[in-house]
Amino acid sequence: MSGGGAEFALACPPLPAADETVQLAHGSGGRATARLLETIIRPALAEPELDRQHDGAILEAAGPLAFTTDSYVVRPLFFPGGDIGALAVNGTVNDLAMCGARPLWLSVGLILEEGLSLATLRAALGSMRAAAAAAGVRLVTGDTKVVERGKADGMFITTAGIGQVVAPAPIAPDRLRPGDVVILSGDIGRHGMAVMAAREGFGFTPAIESDCAAVAAPVLALLASGIAVHCLRDPTRGGLASAMVEIAEKAQCAIALDEALIPVRADVAAACDLLGLDPLQVACEGRFVAFVPSADAEPALALLRAHPVSAGARVIGAVTVGSAGQVSCRGPLGIARALDMLSGEALPRIC
Amino acid sequence: MRFRDEYRQAATARGLADALAATMTRPWTLMEVCGGQTHAILRFGVDALLPPGLALVHGPGCPVCVTPVDYIDKAIEIAACPGVILCSFGDMLRVPGSAGTLLEARARGADIRTVYSPLDALALARAAPDREIVFFAVGFETTAPANALAAYQARREGLGNFSLLASHFRVPPAMRAILAAPGNRVQGFLAAGHVCTIMGMDEYEPIAAAYRVPIVVTGFEPVDILQGVLSCVRQLEAGQALVENQYARSVRQLGNCVAKALMAEVFRVVPRHWRGIGEITESGLGLAPAYDAWNAECKFGSVRQGIEPERGCISGEVLRGTRKPTDCPAFATRCTPERPLGVTMVSSEGACAAYYRYRGAALPVTAAPR
Repeated sequence: MSGGGAEFALACPPLPAADETVQLAHGSGGRATARLLETIIRPALAEPELDRQHDGAILEAAGPLAFTTDSYVVRPLFFPGGDIGALAVNGTVNDLAMCGARPLWLSVGLILEEGLSLATLRAALGSMRAAAAAAGVRLVTGDTKVVERGKADGMFITTAGIGQVVAPAPIAPDRLRPGDVVILSGDIGRHGMAVMAAREGFGFTPAIESDCAAVAAPVLALLASGIAVHCLRDPTRGGLASAMVEIAEKAQCAIALDEALIPVRADVAAACDLLGLDPLQVACEGRFVAFVPSADAEPALALLRAHPVSAGARVIGAVTVGSAGQVSCRGPLGIARALDMLSGEALPRIC
Repeated sequence: MRFRDEYRQAATARGLADALAATMTRPWTLMEVCGGQTHAILRFGVDALLPPGLALVHGPGCPVCVTPVDYIDKAIEIAACPGVILCSFGDMLRVPGSAGTLLEARARGADIRTVYSPLDALALARAAPDREIVFFAVGFETTAPANALAAYQARREGLGNFSLLASHFRVPPAMRAILAAPGNRVQGFLAAGHVCTIMGMDEYEPIAAAYRVPIVVTGFEPVDILQGVLSCVRQLEAGQALVENQYARSVRQLGNCVAKALMAEVFRVVPRHWRGIGEITESGLGLAPAYDAWNAECKFGSVRQGIEPERGCISGEVLRGTRKPTDCPAFATRCTPERPLGVTMVSSEGACAAYYRYRGAALPVTAAPR
């Protein structure tokens, strides 16, 4: 058909109007900033503490507190099963839970790239609000900056969190004892594969969904039950293998896992096989590992399985008296291999 | 999962190991050609099931390992040119040339992108006509067809801003070189299943006949490898030297004829320098003259293949199958994946990396029979 040029022009999406995108002025601290806060950010987060428009939040607490911070950068911003907003809340909530604390308050630092669509910003903030409500935390203070186009990947979010420590004894690697069992709360590798597949456009059907979720509820239930939880860890970057090696090295003990007991969904396993990645080194964002005395294994499993986010909990191995810092994993042939931390970036192989 | 779980069954594997022990009357040394097979052997502990006297040595089939330093240097040089986007498979980015890696070049500002297919690089060339897109085309006969397709399509579309820096390798000449080398220990081969999926098995018949070695085309799961070893040993014990196909679920006698025709159209056979091994006649694929306009060496100057400096490790001998990673005094001491001395430790497909990853620095190495 002739006139293809005109047709092409018609097919192009119209550029968003200036008032539909983040502008540099939105970070100036002046009227534009005030308008962004007033019309987008505060309504989206719907938190009374933010509406007071103070320089910071005034909080009351007693007893020991846990305090943590994490920055979230992910491409794409939205992926099957989650988005940067949900990740920024759940990740910090989970870090507090891993300290044996009840998550209470979060701060939100936004770094926005000039040109980011306001609809995207609104959606990410809405997701933060929903994740915060689900986890029972409040987003009590925040900050917004805008950087020039090309200087950020759409948006970066930093959250810091404060929680009330409820664990009766410290939660730390040095409390590991030979004989402790390793409990994993569910299947692994979904977040890392979901994000990689979305970013690279692999087009798996159906898409692999991230496990992005807060795990504070089952952890708090475990701590409240009187079970002696020795250590907790969420296997995020570097996956289960890196988390186990980190703990074994810190605790100066050995950990023996059994690959047959570690749940990996068939779609994740197939994607990992295809790309030459080890699911044990792929990130999770809604899973945790708990070390408890073997006598407590059954009650702990029953308790965890009552929560949807940890319904797939199972024992995957034990702390042993082997060489300090060594993590082994028994494979399908019954032969153990060593597990190591991820070396460098996880790069798919050539063939 | 079908085609996976049944090839990872402990009972099947042990049955094969028992059959192997019952078949062997004397020691044998076999080579698995492909780095993917080496990884499966170490990851699943297949070597621990082998009877004493059965030695598996690891072959040169790791494309990242054998790509010469000069090609990596050239890729870095091209990436530094204004307007260029260099596209590469991910695991090539970590391999050091004589002055650093592609990852380091990217950190210095070069536009270097990871792609999963050469066709992604081609799409980039269509979308960015003002940029020069160079695809770093490395690998064996497995990756060659897709790279050939990219060049073929670029020529058909007259896409002037796309080219290939091609460093392709052919497996059969390397097998001949290993067999012909003084001090060769290899008495039988597990040939690389995926290479044969493309190329078929015809090229291997003359090698088996000339050197009197059994060649069993083998897959990548532990049961595949044990079946390949058993077939090879049965032949050796019977004094046979035939080409057999263990990986029949993927490999046909003639291979993939469409892929081979495309490769014949785009590439021609050239001598190729293998990192750690040296030059092997007819062991490479370069772009045919009709593709000069899509050949990065014509656009940016040709790669001079020379002798690389000694790196204080035995990676060359590991690639030739004359020594094992654990024979190296530097293994897991001065040489680790974070601070690699040789390419066999750098590449995720390399034999040294496999030993380090699955056996660990602290673990005693499972008795690897010699």
